[in-house]
Amino acid sequence: MTTNKPAVELIGMNKWYGEFHVLKDINLTVAEGERIVICGPSGSGKSTMIRCINRLEEHQAGQIIVNGIELTEDLKRIDEVRREVGMCFQHFNLFPHLTVLENCTLGPIWVRKMPKKEAEDIAMHFLERVKIPEQADKFPGQMSGGQQQRVAIARSLCMNPKIMLFDEPTSALDPEMIKEVLDVMVELANEGMTMLCVTHEMGFAKMVADRVIFMDAGQIVEENNPHEFFDNPQNDRTKLFLSQIIGH
Amino acid sequence: MSDFVPLPNMPPPNLSKGIVGWAKTNLFSSPINSIISVVGLYFVITFLTPIIDWVFISAVWTGEGNAACVEATGACWIFIGDRLPIFFYGIYPPEQIWRLDICFVLLALSFGPQFFEGIPYKKYLAIFSLTGLPLIGYFLISGGSFGLESVPTEKWGGLSLTLLLAYVGIVAALPIGVVLALGRRSKMPVIRTFCVCFIEMWRGVPLISVLFMASVMLPLFLPDGMNFDKLLRALIGITMFQSAYMAEVIRGGLQAIPGGQYEAASAMGLGYWKQMRLVILPQALKLVIPGIVNTFIALFKDTTLVLIIGLLDVLALVQSAIEDPSWKAVETEGYFFAALCFWLFCFSMSRYSQKLERKLHTGHKR
Repeated sequence: MTTNKPAVELIGMNKWYGEFHVLKDINLTVAEGERIVICGPSGSGKSTMIRCINRLEEHQAGQIIVNGIELTEDLKRIDEVRREVGMCFQHFNLFPHLTVLENCTLGPIWVRKMPKKEAEDIAMHFLERVKIPEQADKFPGQMSGGQQQRVAIARSLCMNPKIMLFDEPTSALDPEMIKEVLDVMVELANEGMTMLCVTHEMGFAKMVADRVIFMDAGQIVEENNPHEFFDNPQNDRTKLFLSQIIGH
Repeated sequence: MSDFVPLPNMPPPNLSKGIVGWAKTNLFSSPINSIISVVGLYFVITFLTPIIDWVFISAVWTGEGNAACVEATGACWIFIGDRLPIFFYGIYPPEQIWRLDICFVLLALSFGPQFFEGIPYKKYLAIFSLTGLPLIGYFLISGGSFGLESVPTEKWGGLSLTLLLAYVGIVAALPIGVVLALGRRSKMPVIRTFCVCFIEMWRGVPLISVLFMASVMLPLFLPDGMNFDKLLRALIGITMFQSAYMAEVIRGGLQAIPGGQYEAASAMGLGYWKQMRLVILPQALKLVIPGIVNTFIALFKDTTLVLIIGLLDVLALVQSAIEDPSWKAVETEGYFFAALCFWLFCFSMSRYSQKLERKLHTGHKR
């Protein structure tokens, strides 16, 4: 399943918000094609961690190496990394002044310098894959949350990323719409995309994850394959967390 | 067990009841409302009738000179007609007035279509009106090249000067305002401090003192022999002053854009300027269209202040014309005309902004 070259490497990574130590000594290696699910209580630093990977947040100590490029202050490197890393947000963050199609072609045209026609073809291809090609000319404000999140996924895929980051992609959705988004993510996982997902969808984790990571208080508490993680958690904190999210 | 069948959609209850129905619900819904409506109507009629009478019915529309107006109880519009060329062109050499006319026509041609639907190339017309038109206008009006006779700025005046001041102010203040607003939100301390100082300095002084400084004080500080045009100094003063206001209006829009928009644009790999141009500014500017147009309208009316540095705009010319002793008591007509000029342009800007808002409306946010 996994090859030798790591897609993402976090080595002794630390981050502070002012005096507050949010991420403590994070070590994580994600192989190419690996699917990682990150869970943990709110405030545990899981979102912050994946936001460091495309430098929406800066880390203050340690190393982050994405696709062979170490993230530093150097803007050129940041741009290089961002071109290869797609991201989906909890609140979709589609651009409301652009149509769905324009949302999808913005990156390819302005970052990848692709001709407009080609970018539109690619966008339509991915909109078909997330099953909403007929909405291409609508504005995001006219769509449901589930549809918007699928557009957001298509928008990221249009950049042909090597790695996809998902930051609680289903947390802001109505229960009936969660499935349509998860279906798209499962499909993506089955095609071999390297994925890091912050999510509480344990069914999704069991189905596609190669590894589940549990974080608390800015640290990685436990990581294991989903089977072991859910059936045989090692740490008491993990056990408590699992009993709480499954118990209700 | 039965299947869930949604109820069929029904039309809404009929709310339109014609004029009588409308009046009943809106004007005479209760005894007190009826009384207020009748009293209101009475006042509207008592105040409006004499105005309409003065402006239209008893007004003098044809005739020659003051004699035609002496007996009239209404407005003396032949006075305005008589002075119209001066109000429009000031003391611009009459044989060169065709140059101003071309500019008026170009202005109308490039802005007029923006008010209507279904006219092609509107975008290019708009770009032309912001780039090509000021250049063509400058060479046409000031002359001195392309075989055109040079007309010094002292001879510019009237409505054409008002439009010129407002136009240059608007075209220049918007981009400068955008840059200042971005600068004020910059993470770089030097740029931010500069923008804050610039904005607060220009915003903190009245326009009259800016114009006064530009026309009286500035030449004192400049080295001997170095002098630039008074109109140009006034233009720079107005532009700087308005761009400071514009910057704050636009900054309000920038602050209203959720952080997620910046993050999504960054995550996509767009650099700062592309983020601003493609994602942030289109949204921010749309949000503050009412504020921007408000500033434009204020700017348009503020151009009348150039009177104090000796530039004769339309209001200044009206004021001097009504003092002409060969006409009897034409103050009201003069000011009415001046007010109408300003109102027409300001109202057009307001309508255009409303149309733009509707056109750019793209459903609910997020």
